[in-house]
Amino acid sequence: MPRNLWLERILWILAAPLLALALTVLVALPSGAPPLETLRILVLGGLGSMTKFGQVLTVFVPLMLCSAGLLIPFTARLWNIGIEGQVVLGAIFCTGTLMPVDQGGPWHIALALAAGMLGGALWALLAGVLKTWGRVHEIFSGLGLNFVAMGLTIWLIFGPWKRPGVASMSGTAPFDPSLWLDRMGRLASSWTALALACAGLALVAWLLLRTQWGLGLKAVGQNPKAARLFDLSPRRRMLQAFALCGALGGLAGAVQVLGVYHRLLPSISSGYGYTALLVGMMASFRILPVPFICFFFAVLNVGSIQLPLQLNLDSSLSGVIQGLMVLSVFITQGLRSWLIRRREGC
Amino acid sequence: MHEFALVLAGILLAGAPLVLATLGETITEKAGVINLSLDGTMLLSAMAAFALASATGSPWTGALGGMAVGAAVAAVLGLTNIYFGQSQLAVGFILTLLCRDLAYFLGHAYSRQPGPTFGYWGIPGLSDTPVLDALLGRQSPVVSMSLAAIVLCWWWMYKTSGGMRLRAVGESPRAAFGRGIRVRLSRLMACLAGGALVGLAGAAYSLAVKPGWGRPQGCEGAGWIALAIVIFGGWHPVRAAIGAYFFATLQVSGIYLQDLFPSVPAQVFQVAPFPMMIVTLLAVNLGRMSFVQDMMRRYPILKRFSGSWPITSPAALGQDFDPKKGL
Repeated sequence: MPRNLWLERILWILAAPLLALALTVLVALPSGAPPLETLRILVLGGLGSMTKFGQVLTVFVPLMLCSAGLLIPFTARLWNIGIEGQVVLGAIFCTGTLMPVDQGGPWHIALALAAGMLGGALWALLAGVLKTWGRVHEIFSGLGLNFVAMGLTIWLIFGPWKRPGVASMSGTAPFDPSLWLDRMGRLASSWTALALACAGLALVAWLLLRTQWGLGLKAVGQNPKAARLFDLSPRRRMLQAFALCGALGGLAGAVQVLGVYHRLLPSISSGYGYTALLVGMMASFRILPVPFICFFFAVLNVGSIQLPLQLNLDSSLSGVIQGLMVLSVFITQGLRSWLIRRREGC
Repeated sequence: MHEFALVLAGILLAGAPLVLATLGETITEKAGVINLSLDGTMLLSAMAAFALASATGSPWTGALGGMAVGAAVAAVLGLTNIYFGQSQLAVGFILTLLCRDLAYFLGHAYSRQPGPTFGYWGIPGLSDTPVLDALLGRQSPVVSMSLAAIVLCWWWMYKTSGGMRLRAVGESPRAAFGRGIRVRLSRLMACLAGGALVGLAGAAYSLAVKPGWGRPQGCEGAGWIALAIVIFGGWHPVRAAIGAYFFATLQVSGIYLQDLFPSVPAQVFQVAPFPMMIVTLLAVNLGRMSFVQDMMRRYPILKRFSGSWPITSPAALGQDFDPKKGL
């Protein structure tokens, strides 16, 4: 009997990726994509060479920072959809700090990173205050603030911060190389960014699993009324959760500015905030699977850049696969619990 | 006067898909299910409607296809939430992102292609009254569809037994179950009907309001605004429609504002509805906060302003129901 149970459990774990694969093939067929060839391009496009691996790491870093940050509000059952805007505000604050500087050193970079965290935290606090004091659901306030952040970026790029001579969608004037993050040899990624991402995840893990604050936050999420009676001050804790998550998102935005683009772009966040929400849901908001899922999603994102070039497909296939995978996890989970309930009912 | 009528006609057109989407979501939420996937569903059905209309040459087949796609997405949400017990917010959000990417991926071949549109319907008797003629006489069929949908939705929801069952399921699923109503099936049906209306809204975008398919299509974000309008409208179809026209006015005025401030890029005006969405939600919720209630008790004159707009959500909104767990 235990052996059967093990077999069943393994089958259920396998069911989600198999379902995702089947759905992906089903979706890709009408657009004339050969399934095996597409998969090969996706994986090789992400891991085929060291250069590509470096690109994967540049995607991995902001994704992991955002996913790690999102675990905090999720513990309090808060949906910080505003993470996308918090990334953008981090980038804006970071760019704003370095605007008056022509050349600089590590101190300027550290200051800019801190400014990015501040920007993200303030933007998140805005959503948090609207939630705790204004009773606006954080999904709506966060989403609205995302669009506002986007409008703000475009206004800055075309208005006060426009490139001397010509203002265009290609962003502000690039920074001096002395203000860039370091590089891993000839790879696109940087050691500092990777270290920050790992430190972010470690910090979140420690906060949520090893501190009383994390336990209190969990209590706030599971039963806000009881949390108030136990004097856990849910409002303050929620605001703290928002601010911490926003700070990590803002850090991701600052890393994008300093390490990848070296200027402010209209699409500086590249949708990593939304992808990070998918990562969190796929990991069922546990910490351990987060880095692995982030890495896998980063490979998909980088690999999909090759699709328009080699197969004339749209690169949004990576998003489709990511979405289908998370959806499959939810469907198989639900199917399993439904079958169990049926069995018990009979 | 004539120009004013033209502006009004523009608002009616811009508001048509918003009205349809808002009504769809109102029906879904009246039954107690939150369908968060509106934004993605609208994009996907807009793409499907445009692709189907180009393939068959008829916008009406396209609109039907869009409705089918909208209902299919809602079915995924309905099955995983109502029968499999998964979180409706989580699944809805996943579907939002998934459908958006799916729309861009599958619609790649149709991008920036010419295709059929709904065109205009002329109502012959109106040509001698210029204002009415501009307002309704030469309008896209989606405008008449949206206006008809408001009336039908209100009538069905408040004047028929089917609408009563819908409201019962959303207000108190246990009591409804006790009266012999099949709660989960009714919820699924409401989901499907709402999804179909949202799909029609997507079709209205790609076939009439912002004809064609591309990246960006132009209706990104409209789904989120529709979700907020449902709350603003207090889950009442007519009020929701008023809210939809209010936001459509905001969108249309963005075009005129841009003439006034030519140095500001167009994308900045496109985000104007979103802070407005937050402010309206804040205003709606302000009335429910304790210090405002205290103020109203102290100064009864304030009640005059708030009394006409009571906002109460369906009591079982967002709550799952499982008949096996007992009553």
